[in-house]
Amino acid sequence: MESHSTRDLGVGFFVLIGLGALAYLSLQVGGLELGGQERIVLRATFDDIGGLSVRAPVRVAGVKVGQVSSIDLDDELRAQVSLEVESDLGLSIDSSAAIRTAGLLGDQFIAVELGGEDAVLQDGEEFTFTESALSIDKLIGRFIHDAGVSN
Amino acid sequence: MTNAVAELGSRSTSLIEGLGRVANFGGGLLASLFRRPSRFGFFLSALFNTGVLSIALICLSGFTVGMVLGLQLYTTLSRFGAEEGLGAVVGLSLIRELGPVLTGLLVTGRAGSAITAEIGAMKATEQLDGLRMMAIDPMHFVAMPRALALTLSMPLLNALFITLSFAGAYAVGVTLQGLDGGVYLAGLENAVRFGEDVGQSLLKSLVFGLLLGLIATYKGHACAPDAAGVARATTSTVVTASVCILLADYVITALWGV
Repeated sequence: MESHSTRDLGVGFFVLIGLGALAYLSLQVGGLELGGQERIVLRATFDDIGGLSVRAPVRVAGVKVGQVSSIDLDDELRAQVSLEVESDLGLSIDSSAAIRTAGLLGDQFIAVELGGEDAVLQDGEEFTFTESALSIDKLIGRFIHDAGVSN
Repeated sequence: MTNAVAELGSRSTSLIEGLGRVANFGGGLLASLFRRPSRFGFFLSALFNTGVLSIALICLSGFTVGMVLGLQLYTTLSRFGAEEGLGAVVGLSLIRELGPVLTGLLVTGRAGSAITAEIGAMKATEQLDGLRMMAIDPMHFVAMPRALALTLSMPLLNALFITLSFAGAYAVGVTLQGLDGGVYLAGLENAVRFGEDVGQSLLKSLVFGLLLGLIATYKGHACAPDAAGVARATTSTVVTASVCILLADYVITALWGV
């Protein structure tokens, strides 16, 4: 059994550091949540979501609190976005959701701006106020159009 | 003309025959996996030989690959003023492609070839026949524990390789070139997703381990029972397993969706 104890120790060590590396990759780098916090789904309707994609972050005051879980087109051909956020935030019902861009070329995310009401948004409820994505193309187009009119 | 057609025909049949033998062998391995006694001690010894003894090679290679990636990408990215992208590029390229493929190739050379040579030498010295004479199935006694050890140690070695290469890229990008450590790690953690990237990496390394386990043990069992045969079988394992790993990598990437 003497030689086996070295072998067993080596294999145990190998499995431990292998699983440790795997856990680091999954939990820290990959962002896997085991059980994790309870989440609720809120909905928001936008006229134009620009380049927003599923899994884009949802931020309150710049801090990530959730992500976009799905994007669909509703009956009136507006973009229906579902947001998965932490359940204990207590966002008031007159909070607004806006699509913003991180940096000039960065990814788009949803910024939630807080309202003042006491009542809180519950699971499945919808944001009343939304602000669509700002399109640089449209802005330039409008600028050129306005310049043309003023001349 | 007729000769050429006949040649093509005999090559085709021998190719299909070979594939059938491998499939048959794989089925035998799978069946012996569930047979009693469990041969757990042999499995542990095989895990020691393939996994534990590969740790040093994998760690060193991972760290060096990370250092090279850090150096190359940092200088290229800084031409566009995009050094902040280092973490994301290093993370995605290593987790999705470089980690599983390089680990697969390294383990093929380090452990796969050794297993073929070992089983081949056992066959050449008639040890396998000796086992059969004692009513012990060599498939269950010799091949299965080794193939299983290769399959299971691959994901762990892959995770080790990737983690060490992150450290290597950190050492060069952050410590030597002066990128901010937080920017590097945040870029890494934001870019990599568990489901798509880490999951794909794990699936790839498992498949590569399975392929290597099957090929290495099959080539050992099928080798000609003499010194030259063992040499040919060992070479053939390294070549076949490397090509299979690279092809499987493309297929998995294409099926998974980029």
